[in-house]
Amino acid sequence: MKALRLVLVLASILCIRPADAWAADAPSGDFESAVKALNGDSYDDKIAAIEALGALADGRAAPVLQAMLDGHLAALPDQSLVISENGAYRDALTGAILNDVKADDLSDITINNRVRGVLDGVLGQLSLKSPDPDARRKAAQAMADRRTPGAAEVLRAMLAGETDASVRSTVEAALGTLDLLSPDRSRRLAAIAILAGSSDPNVKGQLERLQDGEKDPELRKAADKAIASITFRLTLINVGANLFQGLSLGSVLLLAAIGLAITFGVMGVINMAHGEMIMLGAYTAYVVQEAFVAWLPPTVIGLYLVVAVPIAFLATGLVGIALERGLIRFLYGRPLETLLSTWGISLILQQVVRSIFGAPNKEVANPAWMTGGVDMTGGFTLTWNRLVIILFCLAVLGILAAVLRYSRFGLQMRAVAQNRPMAAAMGIRTGRVDALTFGLGSGIAGIAGVALSQIGNVSPNLGQGYIVDSFMVVVFGGVGSLWGTLLGATSLGVVNKLLEPYAGAMLGKILVLVFIILFIQKRPRGLFALKGRSIEG
Amino acid sequence: MKLMRTIAGAGALIAVATASQAAMAAEDTIKVGVLHSLSGTMAISETTLKDTVLMMVDDLNKKGGLLGKKVEAVVVDPASNWPLFAEKARELLEKDKVAVVFGCWTSVSRKSVLPVFEQDNGLLFYPVQYEGEESSNNVFYTGAAPNQQAIPAVEYLMSKDGGEAKRWVLEGTDYVYPRTTNKILRAFLNSKGIADADILENYTPFGFSDWQTEVGKIKQFAAAGKKTAVVSTINGDANVPFYKELANQGIKASDIPVVAFSVGEEELAGIDTKNLVGHLAAWNYFESVKTPENDAFIKQWHAYVKNDKRTTNDPMEATYIGFKMWTQAVLQAGTTDVNAVRQALYGQKVKNLTGGEAVMNSNHHLSKPVMIGEIKPDGQFNVVWKTKSVIKADAWSPFIAEDKGKVADWTFPWACGNCTEPKFKAYQ
Repeated sequence: MKALRLVLVLASILCIRPADAWAADAPSGDFESAVKALNGDSYDDKIAAIEALGALADGRAAPVLQAMLDGHLAALPDQSLVISENGAYRDALTGAILNDVKADDLSDITINNRVRGVLDGVLGQLSLKSPDPDARRKAAQAMADRRTPGAAEVLRAMLAGETDASVRSTVEAALGTLDLLSPDRSRRLAAIAILAGSSDPNVKGQLERLQDGEKDPELRKAADKAIASITFRLTLINVGANLFQGLSLGSVLLLAAIGLAITFGVMGVINMAHGEMIMLGAYTAYVVQEAFVAWLPPTVIGLYLVVAVPIAFLATGLVGIALERGLIRFLYGRPLETLLSTWGISLILQQVVRSIFGAPNKEVANPAWMTGGVDMTGGFTLTWNRLVIILFCLAVLGILAAVLRYSRFGLQMRAVAQNRPMAAAMGIRTGRVDALTFGLGSGIAGIAGVALSQIGNVSPNLGQGYIVDSFMVVVFGGVGSLWGTLLGATSLGVVNKLLEPYAGAMLGKILVLVFIILFIQKRPRGLFALKGRSIEG
Repeated sequence: MKLMRTIAGAGALIAVATASQAAMAAEDTIKVGVLHSLSGTMAISETTLKDTVLMMVDDLNKKGGLLGKKVEAVVVDPASNWPLFAEKARELLEKDKVAVVFGCWTSVSRKSVLPVFEQDNGLLFYPVQYEGEESSNNVFYTGAAPNQQAIPAVEYLMSKDGGEAKRWVLEGTDYVYPRTTNKILRAFLNSKGIADADILENYTPFGFSDWQTEVGKIKQFAAAGKKTAVVSTINGDANVPFYKELANQGIKASDIPVVAFSVGEEELAGIDTKNLVGHLAAWNYFESVKTPENDAFIKQWHAYVKNDKRTTNDPMEATYIGFKMWTQAVLQAGTTDVNAVRQALYGQKVKNLTGGEAVMNSNHHLSKPVMIGEIKPDGQFNVVWKTKSVIKADAWSPFIAEDKGKVADWTFPWACGNCTEPKFKAYQ
C-alpha cells in the first residue's frame, strides 16, 4: 500500500512538473502558428519558424525547441505536434499528456546541421537571463557566433547588469568579436584592445580577417599587435598541449607494455599473444558492461569500469597461467619455438573471440565521468578519458612496483629471475613462481585492455595494434626494468607527439622507429639494463 | 592375399562411388563463390557480406534454384591477406569451377585478384564503394564510384543546407582509395574556386588510434573563421578512436561537420553516437529509409542471422543488387556461361532497396541514387538530402587530368575499359 502511494506521488510529481512551463502563458495565436510551422516543408521554413519562436520570448518555446533539437518532436497525421519523453507523449502546444498516441502514426520532424545551429543559437538566446552562469555564458557565446542582428545591443545591456566575473569576461569577448564589424571606428579599436588579451584561435582568425579589409593605419597596427600577442600565447599553449598528448600516448604505451615488461622483461618469454591478453581484458570490460545493463539499475552503470578492472585481471591472469602451465613451460630456453607457438595462440584466441562475440566491433561506452573534457585555453581540450588513463596507468605501475619490491611473491620472483638454481635450492618452487609471474603479466595486460577499451575499438584485432609498440617500449626501455619501461614509454610518446604536428602521423612514426634502431645499435640493452635470466640465457 | 584384394576392391568401389557422386553434384548445382575475409583485420566488415550472399543463395534455393538446379555457395577465407585473395580466387575458378564470385572489400584485394579473373575469364561482383579508375571486362562494380559518393557529399556541404563550407580538411587513411578520392576532390574543389590554402590534406596509418593531435589540427584549421568541413576517408578500425576523440574534444556537427565515406550503420554499432549527432555519411543506401523493399530485406536479414539487432548497410545492398542482377542475367541468358551472362547483364535492372531502379551500365558500373545522412542518437542515419534521380557511375573521373578522353564501355564499338578510341573503329 505504501509502495503504491509512493508510486502515485511520484507519478503526480512527474506529471505536474514539466507542465508548469506551459502554465506560464496562456496560448496565443502567434505561438500556436509558429509551433505549427516547425513542421515546415523545407529547412528554410523550419528555420523561419524557430526564429519566430525565439523572437516571441515565450516561456513555452524553450521546451519545444529543446525537444526538436533532441529529435523528440514529431507530428501526428493531423499535423499537430507532440513531444515524446521516454515513451510518453505530450502535446507540444498545451503540454497535456496524450494517451492514445501510437508510435507508428508519428512522423519525426527532421532537422539538419543548419537547423541545429539555429536551434542552438535561439535556445541560447532564450537562456540569456537564466540563473545558471554557465547557461548565460553559453548564451552570450551563441549570440556572438550567430551574429544575430542587434546581438551587440543585447549583450551590452546584459553586460551592464552582469555581476559574475567569468560571465562578464565571456560577454566582453563575445561583444568584442561583434564590435570588430561595427561601423564605428572607436568601437573597433576598443574591441581590438579587449581581444588582444584572448588566446582563442577563432579570435585570431577574426582579427586577421579584419585586417584584410581595414584601411585605417592605426587600427591595422593595433590589430597587428593583438595578433602577435595571441600567436605567442597560442604557440606556448600548443607546446603544452603537445606535451600533454605525448604523456597521454606514453601512458597508453606504458599500459600496454607493463605486462610485457614482466613476461618478456623478467621471464624472457617472447610472448606474441600479449596483445590478445589486452584484447581479452577489453572484452571482459564489455561483458561486465552488458551484465550491468542487464541486471543492475541504470544509476550505477558508470561503475562498471571500476568493477571490470579486477575481473579482467583475474580472467586474463588465469588464461595466462593456463598458457604458461600448458605450453610455455615446455619451451623455456627455445625463443624461436616460443615465438611461433605464442603467435599461434594469438591467432587461436582471436578466432575464438570472433566466434563467440562476432567479428564486428563491440561498443564499450565511456561512463559519464569519462566523457567529454574541459576546454582549456586556446582551443585545447583536456579530455577526461585521457586524464583518467594517465592517472590509472601511474597507479598500476606504482602498485606493481610495490608488489615486486615488498611482497613475498615479488621477492621470490626476483630471486628466480636472477638465479634459478639458487632460488630452487633455497626452497622456492620455481615452477609455481613462473606460472604466477606469467599470470601477473597477463593480468596486467588484461587491466590495460579495460583502459584501452575506453579510447579505441573493441574488436578481435585490438591486440595486434599494440603488440609491436609494446615490444618497442620494453626493448627501448631496457629488458627487465620497470623504470626503463616507464621512461621508454613516456619518452616515445612525447617524441612521437612533438614530431607529429610537423612531420605528420606517418613520417613521425617512421622517424621514431629509425631513432630506436639507431639507439639499439648504440645501447643494445636499452635505457636501463638489468641482470636477469634473459641476459644470462 | 584375398583379404588384400577385397580391401583394394572395396577401396576402388568407394573411390568410383565418390567420384560419380561428385560428378553428379557438379551437374546438379550451380556454384557461387564467396571470397570475403572471415578472419584478420577485414573480417569485421566482410563477414557480414558473406552472410548476405549465403542468405540470398538460401532464398534463391527456396524459390526453386536457378535453371532447374540448386545453387551452392562455396565459401573460402582469404584471411585479409592480399596475396591469399589471388590464390583463393584461382582455387574457386579452377578447382571449384564456380559460375560467379562475390567478393573483396579493399581495393588492394581487388587489384590482387584482377589478373586471375582476367586470365580465367571469371566473373566477380565487387560490392564496395571505391576510388574508380578501373573497368575490367571480368568485374562488375556494384558499389559507388567517386561521383556517386564523394562529389555529391562535397556539393551538399557547399550548399546552403549543408552549411556553405569554404574550407576543407581531407582526412584519410594512407592507401590508394583515400589518396585517389582526395586527388579527385581537390581537383573538384579547385574547380569550384576553393584555393589550395583552404584545403588541408592529411593521412594517417591503418589502425591509427591516437587522434589527439590530428583532431587538434582540425580544430586549429577551422579557427581561421571560414566555415570548415571535414571529409573523412578514414577506413576500418581507425574510425572508432577518431569519433571518440571528436566527441571528447567537443567538435559539434553544427560547427565542423564531418562527412565520412567508409562509416555506415555497422561501424557505428561500435560507437556511442550521442555526441556525434549531426555528423554525416554519404551512401547509396541507409537502413533507416522506409520502403517496402527495405523493410522486407531487413526482416529477411534479421530472420537469417537470428538477431534483431544486426544492422544492414550499403555494401550489403550492393551485394543484394549484384546477386539479383546476376540471377536475372543467368535466367535471361539461359546459361551460367560467363560470356553470355556478361552480355545479359548490360541494362539489367534491379529495384533499389531505397526506391528507384539500379541499372547496370556498359562500363560495368551501376546507376544509383546518392543520399546524405546525418547520424542520429540511436546510431542510425537521418537522410537529409537525396539526389532527384539515379546517378551514373564514372569509371574514369573527369577531374583527373590523366584520365582525359579515357572511355570505359564494353559494348560495340568500344569493347574496352580503358581506351581513348574504339577497339572496332575500322568496322564502324
